[in-house]
Amino acid sequence: MPRTIPDNSVPAAAAASDALETRDMLLNVGPAHPAMHGIIRIVARLDGEQIVDADVDIGYLHRGFEKMSETVDYNGVIPYTDRLNYVSPLINNVGYCMAVEKLLGISVPERCHYIRVIVSEISRLTDHLTCVGASAMELGAFTVFLYMIKAREYLWELVESVTGARLTVSYCRVGGVKADLPEGFAEQCAKAFEETRRVLAESDALLTRNRIFVDRMSGTGKISAEDAVSYGITGPFLRASGVPYDVRKDCPYASYDRLEFDVPVGTRGDNFDRYLVRMEEMQQSMRIVEQALRDMPPGPFQASPQTGRSLPASEMVDQGKVGNIPAIRDACAVTDPTLDGSAKPLHVSIATAEKRVFLPPKEDTYGNIEGLMQHFKLVMYGHGARPPKGEVYFAVEGANGELGFYVVSDGGNTPYRVRVRPPCFAIMSALPKLVVGDMMADLTPTFGSINMIGGELDR
Amino acid sequence: MDAAALIQALTERFPDAVRSSHAYRGDATIVVSREALLDLARALKGDAAFQMNFLMDLTAVDFSTFGKKPSSAFFASSGVAVRPSAELPDEHPWPGPPRVPNAAAALGAPPGPARFVVVYHFFSLPLKHRLRVEVPLEENDAEVDSVTSLWAGADWLEREVWDMFGIRFRGHANLKRILTYEQFVGHPLRKDYPVNKRQPLIGPDGHASDHS
Repeated sequence: MPRTIPDNSVPAAAAASDALETRDMLLNVGPAHPAMHGIIRIVARLDGEQIVDADVDIGYLHRGFEKMSETVDYNGVIPYTDRLNYVSPLINNVGYCMAVEKLLGISVPERCHYIRVIVSEISRLTDHLTCVGASAMELGAFTVFLYMIKAREYLWELVESVTGARLTVSYCRVGGVKADLPEGFAEQCAKAFEETRRVLAESDALLTRNRIFVDRMSGTGKISAEDAVSYGITGPFLRASGVPYDVRKDCPYASYDRLEFDVPVGTRGDNFDRYLVRMEEMQQSMRIVEQALRDMPPGPFQASPQTGRSLPASEMVDQGKVGNIPAIRDACAVTDPTLDGSAKPLHVSIATAEKRVFLPPKEDTYGNIEGLMQHFKLVMYGHGARPPKGEVYFAVEGANGELGFYVVSDGGNTPYRVRVRPPCFAIMSALPKLVVGDMMADLTPTFGSINMIGGELDR
Repeated sequence: MDAAALIQALTERFPDAVRSSHAYRGDATIVVSREALLDLARALKGDAAFQMNFLMDLTAVDFSTFGKKPSSAFFASSGVAVRPSAELPDEHPWPGPPRVPNAAAALGAPPGPARFVVVYHFFSLPLKHRLRVEVPLEENDAEVDSVTSLWAGADWLEREVWDMFGIRFRGHANLKRILTYEQFVGHPLRKDYPVNKRQPLIGPDGHASDHS
């Protein structure tokens, strides 16, 4: 790309006086650079080691998320949202689904809200672990990175047990979630959190009073509260500057208004405060998950209420064939584990009752004609849910800040427009402001604290 | 302030600027003309009654095919027409996309549909309310005042809208493409840009690379 190179000639005044000749140097960082968390190019103008100007070039990972969303039905967008912030895809799922639910004007059961909170907070943990671990590694603390990736692995195992995937989860649905939490989830979660707490304590001991780490982080990448607000920065980055804005507290969604948690706030707005805010937020996320697991309404159980035993799917089909619907309507079938949402009489407690929106349980799809028709009316080409004409904006607290979805419907089965407000877009636009005046070496911790996610930034 | 009160306060404060308003699904929304945008934005930010210190989002919608999409409800291979599922009913329907007064409006004709609508989402942290401001634009004169002087974050957001929709922002100091590259032809989020269109990837030397 042609780029105008600034005039680097020696200023006349300097040449006239007998001073040493100095000139600014252009340093091109990226697009592929080991300390860059994605593909991005920073053209920094240096005076010695000091950055005097920076130009940020993004768009290397632009995949046309918003354009693609206009070509698929409402549930078809969900896999694309996984690939926005791919370190915490579940939060994107939740945000998009809640926006469409607002457009449809439907509500979901309480247990579904709690499940969404739990998976969002686990995602926030994985995201913060990645961010803090990677920035620590870039400053030489490789041990912390390995510890944190270990903890993240425990949490991703949790995610995998819930969703069946580690990254491309596609777990939420418009009107609910794909499946209930697996059996024994609370115990598994307690174990993972125990490990995570141990890792956080170790990392805290290794970093928070570490002279090298503190010197690199403290006082670098500073931004004032006014500037941060003006740039539209949200999330931990904004809170480190002392503005206590958290979507979960200020515009509560799902069941956040019934859960107790603190919003950590920094004072100096530098890299060190952002590190401290993220460390504390991880503790708060675990606190939220533990409360949610304690408070959530109980889920369904496997056995049939009439007989006290579960019904094999083949037996249920036989019953359905002879028209014995009343006997199997409320029974729970044991289906093949490869079936989506199998063995879970889930839908009453985790999905909306609006049949024009949500897929029926597989037990119904295979067990009775109404369920089969409902299924096909939703999945066949050209059918699917058709929300009323309208527009909504809905925001959730992503790992990097306010993650908003603006959805416009023209009454068809595909969204007319889906716009995502990516939190790290605002932070990246402030990058020149953050690094100018700092040393070149400070670019690394500052960029690390932004937690840029290419998928979300470029969409 | 809830949505209805906010809309009322704005309508009283700017009787000439606010063309229409709605609170569909609880989102306070006002439609203003582009001439009034900058004054309104300045008041929204500075006025003690509004205190919209965050410009959360700035985007646009191309309404040119709104409601005109052919129904896709058929078996694509067989051509057998099937009635699509009914649209979900709505108790308080949305008033429809914003309209823009055209030349015929002076003669008493109703305003025509706007091709583009620039959508601003504001948020007030002290007062905890949100507001959506919509500015309808005509296709052949898609230009609106930049709000970069009020919110620094508008810089990149306006560049993205220029890149994706080809809407110009008057007063923007550096209005160039942001997600695509300089040599990209067209504006991909316009409805007349084909979704599967391919363009050569232009390298830094200005030539198309061989393998594109």
